[in-house]
Amino acid sequence: MDWLLVGVVLTAFVILGSSRLDSCIRMVALQGVLLSILPPMVRGSLLDWHGLFLAAASLAIKTVAIPVLLARSLKQAKIKREVEPTVSLHYSLLAGGAIVVIAFSGFKLLPVPTGPFPTLLIPAALTVVFIGFFLLISRFKAITQVIGFLVLENGVFLFGMTLIRDFPLTVEMGVLLDLWVGVFVMGIMIHHIHRTFDHIDTKAMASLKDAE
Amino acid sequence: MTWLIQSAVLLTTPPFFLGVIAKTKASFAGRKGPPLLQNYYDLIKLFRKGTVHSPASSFVLRLAPAVIVSTLLTAGLFFPLLGRAPIFFEGDVILFAYLLALGRFAMILAALDVGSGFQGMGASREAAFGAFSELAFFLGLVVLVVISGSASLTGIFQWKWIHPAWRPVFLLLFAAFFFILLAENSRMPVDDPSTHLELTMIHEGMILDYGGIDLGLILYGSAIKLFLLMAFAISLLWPQPLAWHWHSAALLGLKWTGMAVAIGAVESVTARLRLIKVPQLLIANFVVTLFALLVALFGRRV
Amino acid sequence: MNPIFLLLTPVALGLITLFIRGDRKRSLRRQILFWGALFHLSGTLSLFLPNSKHAINPFLTLDALGLLFLTLTSVLFFLVSIYSFGYFFKEYRSEQERGMRHLYAPCMLFFLASTTLAALTSHLGLLWVAIEATTLATAPLIYYHHHARALEAAWKYLLICSVGIALALLGIFFIAAAGKGKGLDLFVFDFVANAKSLDVRWLKIGFLLVLVGFGTKMGLAPLHNWLPDAHSESPSSVSALLSGALLNIAFLGILRCYQICAAAGLAHFADTFLILLGVLSLVTAFIFITNQKDYKRMLAYSSVEHMGILSLGLGVGASFATLLHMINHSLAKVLLFLTAGQIVLGYRTKKVAEVHGLLKTLPATGILFVMGGLAVLGLPPFAPFISEFLILRDALVKGHTLAAVLYLVCLGMIFVAMSKILLGMAQGEKHEIPGALERYPWLMFSPMVLAAALLIFGLYLPPPLVRFLNEAARLLGGGS
Repeated sequence: MDWLLVGVVLTAFVILGSSRLDSCIRMVALQGVLLSILPPMVRGSLLDWHGLFLAAASLAIKTVAIPVLLARSLKQAKIKREVEPTVSLHYSLLAGGAIVVIAFSGFKLLPVPTGPFPTLLIPAALTVVFIGFFLLISRFKAITQVIGFLVLENGVFLFGMTLIRDFPLTVEMGVLLDLWVGVFVMGIMIHHIHRTFDHIDTKAMASLKDAE
Repeated sequence: MTWLIQSAVLLTTPPFFLGVIAKTKASFAGRKGPPLLQNYYDLIKLFRKGTVHSPASSFVLRLAPAVIVSTLLTAGLFFPLLGRAPIFFEGDVILFAYLLALGRFAMILAALDVGSGFQGMGASREAAFGAFSELAFFLGLVVLVVISGSASLTGIFQWKWIHPAWRPVFLLLFAAFFFILLAENSRMPVDDPSTHLELTMIHEGMILDYGGIDLGLILYGSAIKLFLLMAFAISLLWPQPLAWHWHSAALLGLKWTGMAVAIGAVESVTARLRLIKVPQLLIANFVVTLFALLVALFGRRV
Repeated sequence: MNPIFLLLTPVALGLITLFIRGDRKRSLRRQILFWGALFHLSGTLSLFLPNSKHAINPFLTLDALGLLFLTLTSVLFFLVSIYSFGYFFKEYRSEQERGMRHLYAPCMLFFLASTTLAALTSHLGLLWVAIEATTLATAPLIYYHHHARALEAAWKYLLICSVGIALALLGIFFIAAAGKGKGLDLFVFDFVANAKSLDVRWLKIGFLLVLVGFGTKMGLAPLHNWLPDAHSESPSSVSALLSGALLNIAFLGILRCYQICAAAGLAHFADTFLILLGVLSLVTAFIFITNQKDYKRMLAYSSVEHMGILSLGLGVGASFATLLHMINHSLAKVLLFLTAGQIVLGYRTKKVAEVHGLLKTLPATGILFVMGGLAVLGLPPFAPFISEFLILRDALVKGHTLAAVLYLVCLGMIFVAMSKILLGMAQGEKHEIPGALERYPWLMFSPMVLAAALLIFGLYLPPPLVRFLNEAARLLGGGS
């Protein structure tokens, strides 16, 4: 299981350091695969229907549906496939390093809740959440913001693994459904943003302010 | 006994693996490639020639090749290649790292000594990238020391008792050391060893003024450096057995050849990065090592 | 009536209207919207009858707090659905605007359903799902006009709120981790009952994350950026619901976690942060209301102000007054946005500088707008005066002198800044206006009801309402 957690964090790093949008999308999909394997493992049995169902649903949404949708809007928008971050990729990566340190050492201040999950789970989840946050504030293309949001969501999902025994399946499904509808609506909006502004750089969307 | 064999292996085999890499790259490109022992022929040829030094240069230029080769050979004696290392004591990791650094230092000084623009540029790049990759290298050593509780290379690489929770750490470190290896030895995504365009080279740029025996020594030194870093990387995944046996020599040949093929494959499928991207790769590497350190510190099951 | 119908009917009607497309069928969609709202309202009111069923299963159990939010939303939604008949009949639109107008009715109904779910549930996970669903349902509504500015507003809204809400989910996970190993499900009442055994450190972080996360959606100060844009760019009926219902639902999310904190003895810790965010919101609102050029944005910032008041009110321990103020603010703000919608229809501008002589040009609209403005500023005899006064009293009684002083100063400054704008719009000579208001009665009905309610509650609080609010406030560790 540690392998999976390490893999999830590494994919987050790759997204942080990658300069091409399509490889970012592929990494999000890969992260989805890794996350989908987790629920049955955390629940301890491969034949447990709750875990399996959750795995299937998150595989369908996180690995298939959302990346396909993003890849399609990337294609439709015919945009430059570069990430064009505001913070250079060097500093992004260094920030990633700082984030890991903060997440791991911050975690040490907290008591570890007892549970059948590896100790690495919580710091890894926090790292991914912070990296998602960083992606959101340091990237301006609409599609990279969605990617940042997805990474953030994945981190939260990872954290949710600590509670998989307490969370009813219906609620988990609700969470996944919300995610899917959210990204779907965002995908439609990216399409409209492209049609309206001819590109998907959200820096252009700054006409709404208080002093005019 | 181990003493002798390890010295012999260290002295004789390194150029062979350079040949393996060249052969792999050639076969990827669909060529036949130079014979496996080509590097030995090159070295012999160079050692037969005389040396000419630029009148603008000082003793530094003449001293550097000897320093490079001797530091690397000494470093090699600390590494458990075939069973226990010939020399080992607590803390030899640090000596190992500094011996490598000293070799680099001599190289940079020599390049600056000539006073030519291209050498200076190569030296500056080498220094800049070296700073990044050494950061990751040292951090990786720290991780190993933390995990194994020993500050000696011989102690580190006997990790049979290490907890399985730490296995991912070794994979991470292997990835990190693999990139360090590529960067330190001027391999493909960082530097193109086959280019002769001065503006883009790093390592080759620094040694433009060398010829004859000195050049031979430097080529020989870089082969040893590659050999040692390959040893480091491969031992993370699959350490050499600690007791001497004849089959551990065969194992060594097998593993190192496999590693060389892997390097050749990576070199064949990647393009050289723009210079501006190189620090990014090395920073990424540093972050991965940092992550490995944190996993090592926190990943232990309580 | 079984509360489950309150949930299922809007969903079903929403799905039906989703397939009724085209501009021609607009009035049919509006009618479905209206009947759905009427059904929901009557169903909600029937819950007040004695012996009505409030609990379906542990997941869907209505307590007094939930019933309060449900009723408020239902009433406002009904009034807005009446208003929709008039507003969209002749709404000004330019030629480039084309698009998915048929999504208005379905999204409104989905919004109603998700708010109902949020009010019904006491399971933290389900509550989160419902609140996130309100975001998703309202995003297309904000994009109703389909022009670049609306798109910008909707994108900001969707992204900022989704991220905020993801943080809230993390917070909920932290709270759940606080009860780890105690065999607790994520039910609020379970947590409240076992509050003493929770791990305080996890709970603290969890509450902060929830406060920041739902606070984003509620429009509390440092994270309010989406709010003015979304309110000014969406159609007025949607702005009204955003202010009157959506922000409240996010507040409900905070209240639920506050319940747990209060029961675990962390009320003091939570209060500090609530007061902090409250005061920050008040100051921010003042800064941006001063010299505001766009009257819908001004109203939006006034919402930030009142959300700040709610947060501060909860923080100083005035639960009863806070809940009362929430009702009053919703009534007043919906009134204001609905009349502002009429002004937009008439003057065809959102700029303060281009609106003059409202009282003479559109007398009825003008009077209602001024009434709403005075109410929202907290002038007697309107209802918000009472609740704002009660919050001030409780703050002083409970010893939060500094908070009370800051509160008073901010309210005073906002009063000056906003009344200047309002009066500037209301006074002046009669104007020729470019737009004509057809179907005026439809547009006027709801604002008049709201204005009457504000006036009545300001003069006389019916004892049943007081009893009901007290019951709800008791859940928050307040009330009498």
